Amino acid sequence: MMVGVLILTLAVAPALAVIGCLASRRPRVAEALNLIASAVSFASAMPLPFLIDGQQLLFWNDYIIMDRMSAWVILCTSIVYFLASIYAVGYMRLLNEDKRLCWFYALFAGFGLTTLIGPLMNSVGIYWIAIELTTLVSTFLIAFERVADSMEAAWKYIMVVSAGISLALLGTILFYWGGSFVLGPSYKMTWAVLTDAAPQMNPGLLKLAFLLVLVGYGTKVGLAPMHSWLPDAHSESPAPVSAMLSGALLNTAMIGIVRFLGVTKAANLGQLPQLTLVAFGVMSLFLGALFIVQQQGIKRLMAYSSIEHMGVVALGFGFGGALGVAGALYHMLNHSLNKSLMFFGAGIMMRAYGTKEIALIHGVGCRFPTEGALWLAGAIAITGAPPFGLFLSEFTIMRAGLKPPFSWAVYVMAILLIVIFIGFMNHFRIMYYQSTQSEASRGGRLSAWCAAPMWLSLVPLLVLGLWWPTHVWDYLTSIAQSLNLGAQ
Amino acid sequence: MLVQHLSPLASSLFSLLAIACLLLSFVMLGSRWLNNYLYAFAAESWTIAALSAAVGFYGSYPELYLIAILTLLFRGLLLPYLVWRIIRRLDVDREIHLFLQPSTSLIVGALFVMLALSVSFQVSAELHLQLTVATLALTVMLSMKLIGFLILALRHEAVSQILGLLVLENGIFLGSQILVPGMPLLIEMVILFDLLIIVACFGVLVGYLMTHAGTTSSLELKRLVG
Repeated sequence: MMVGVLILTLAVAPALAVIGCLASRRPRVAEALNLIASAVSFASAMPLPFLIDGQQLLFWNDYIIMDRMSAWVILCTSIVYFLASIYAVGYMRLLNEDKRLCWFYALFAGFGLTTLIGPLMNSVGIYWIAIELTTLVSTFLIAFERVADSMEAAWKYIMVVSAGISLALLGTILFYWGGSFVLGPSYKMTWAVLTDAAPQMNPGLLKLAFLLVLVGYGTKVGLAPMHSWLPDAHSESPAPVSAMLSGALLNTAMIGIVRFLGVTKAANLGQLPQLTLVAFGVMSLFLGALFIVQQQGIKRLMAYSSIEHMGVVALGFGFGGALGVAGALYHMLNHSLNKSLMFFGAGIMMRAYGTKEIALIHGVGCRFPTEGALWLAGAIAITGAPPFGLFLSEFTIMRAGLKPPFSWAVYVMAILLIVIFIGFMNHFRIMYYQSTQSEASRGGRLSAWCAAPMWLSLVPLLVLGLWWPTHVWDYLTSIAQSLNLGAQ
Repeated sequence: MLVQHLSPLASSLFSLLAIACLLLSFVMLGSRWLNNYLYAFAAESWTIAALSAAVGFYGSYPELYLIAILTLLFRGLLLPYLVWRIIRRLDVDREIHLFLQPSTSLIVGALFVMLALSVSFQVSAELHLQLTVATLALTVMLSMKLIGFLILALRHEAVSQILGLLVLENGIFLGSQILVPGMPLLIEMVILFDLLIIVACFGVLVGYLMTHAGTTSSLELKRLVG
């Protein structure tokens, strides 16, 4: 009962904010409404993981599912939504777009809403529709600045992602078709029904359907080589939107792949599903490493780092086992926190220096002592160095893969992570310590709205890196059990 | 399973309509005039609407009549009208730069159909459905999917890309009518959501035109690289 009320507030708050923003038409009201909505969503998502025991709860005629995995992903999403909303207050005022700001916040709250409800969908088809909705809303957010670059990014985004996601629809229909041999021509396709029917379905058809779904939702997750929309969209949208795209949207699409992986695991399809996921993961890491090393744009650097981290998460789920799944889910939370921090910092620097080029940003440490230090700490964290959360989760994922048949992937992953560390740190060295000119003046004061969310994301990241609570560990390993991914 | 006990008449009617759709997507592939794409797409949507009605009639799924009407209205009339308006406003009537000549792309399309055919033979052999209309439906579904991707890859005009996207979905739509006519709710929703995507595309497109003034060819979209 309690859980039902929380889910309802979680979804209703941003929905009301959308209506409020459109009705009031005043920028200050809109930003306040969105901020309140995100705070309410965060407050109602926070207790969810504590309230749910091993059982999955169903609401609304079985259309809404709440299990430990959805609670976890929703928590990640709501954290990013809350932090990005705080940051947006400060950042969007810098853009001088006050007239269109109510549109921005209406879309932003709508984007928050769609990413929050995606993981809640119990019907496989409606989950697809929820993912499609996130695309529609976010296209307009990417195009918000209305310059040629962001229009191009938005066009590529909607084209690539809609084409990709139509493959996921094809896969979903093939799953339904496979199920119709077991359950009759008309049935309600929920995750549980599909998992139960999977052992009797035709394995060949299931493999085809899973590969289609993996490529389809993989496009949305940004796994290489379907990632081509991601760097453009992430670099050309306003910084709070980039944070949402990276920290919230990618996880929401990933959860679909993971649930389908659970279905194929129940059907005993052998190595193929996990092997393809591992292959996509390695490819994403490889591509991320290549483009991080030679990157010139600051936000594109962060975007390729997102591809890399989604590759790491895919590897975690691909390795499977309690260690792999727990590591991957922990990595989702850490990445959500850390990538928000990175995009917040990148947005500040972009506005302060008036450029996206790494080469033209210099002396960050002198000009912004506090924010610069936070951003640098975030950069160390995002490359997977201790003592931050990503070190723990990446290390756990590597431990999970060390057994055959995937041990080769762990070695490749280790080498690529070192390459990424060096490449990433080199870019930060240029921005912090290479003084081309010696003016290094103190820049204008930043609003607290921009600095506060950076603190709020770095501190938990440090705590999560030093201390992985046993309760969280048990919680995450129980998700592995419920997805049939517990044993490797 | 509907396809296992169909009267010969029904099954040949379904086959006829499915093959007509496949031919129409070849018409789109073989032309460089935007108007031809549009007419072929509209005709394809009408064929699919007829197919929905036929499946509804022979398989006694009354809700498919509703879907047939929605398909006809949205995909057969409203979408082509919106695209037609865009074409008229853009002042572009054909593809200027072609990677492949229409004749070559027809051959590539034919190769794709063969690929789709071999995949669906494999699948239907596993399911013991050879020589039923299911094999054909799967073939047409997969090959329209591949042809849609081919159009997306080969054509550069924004309008052709929108139509390519719609062919992708027409393929799924057609296949799902025959393979899973009992699939609840989803199909109706998909019709509406396609419309939303198109509206979104137009929104982006109009904004794009405002900033770029003139070009709508994706060949010009090369600012963001690396």
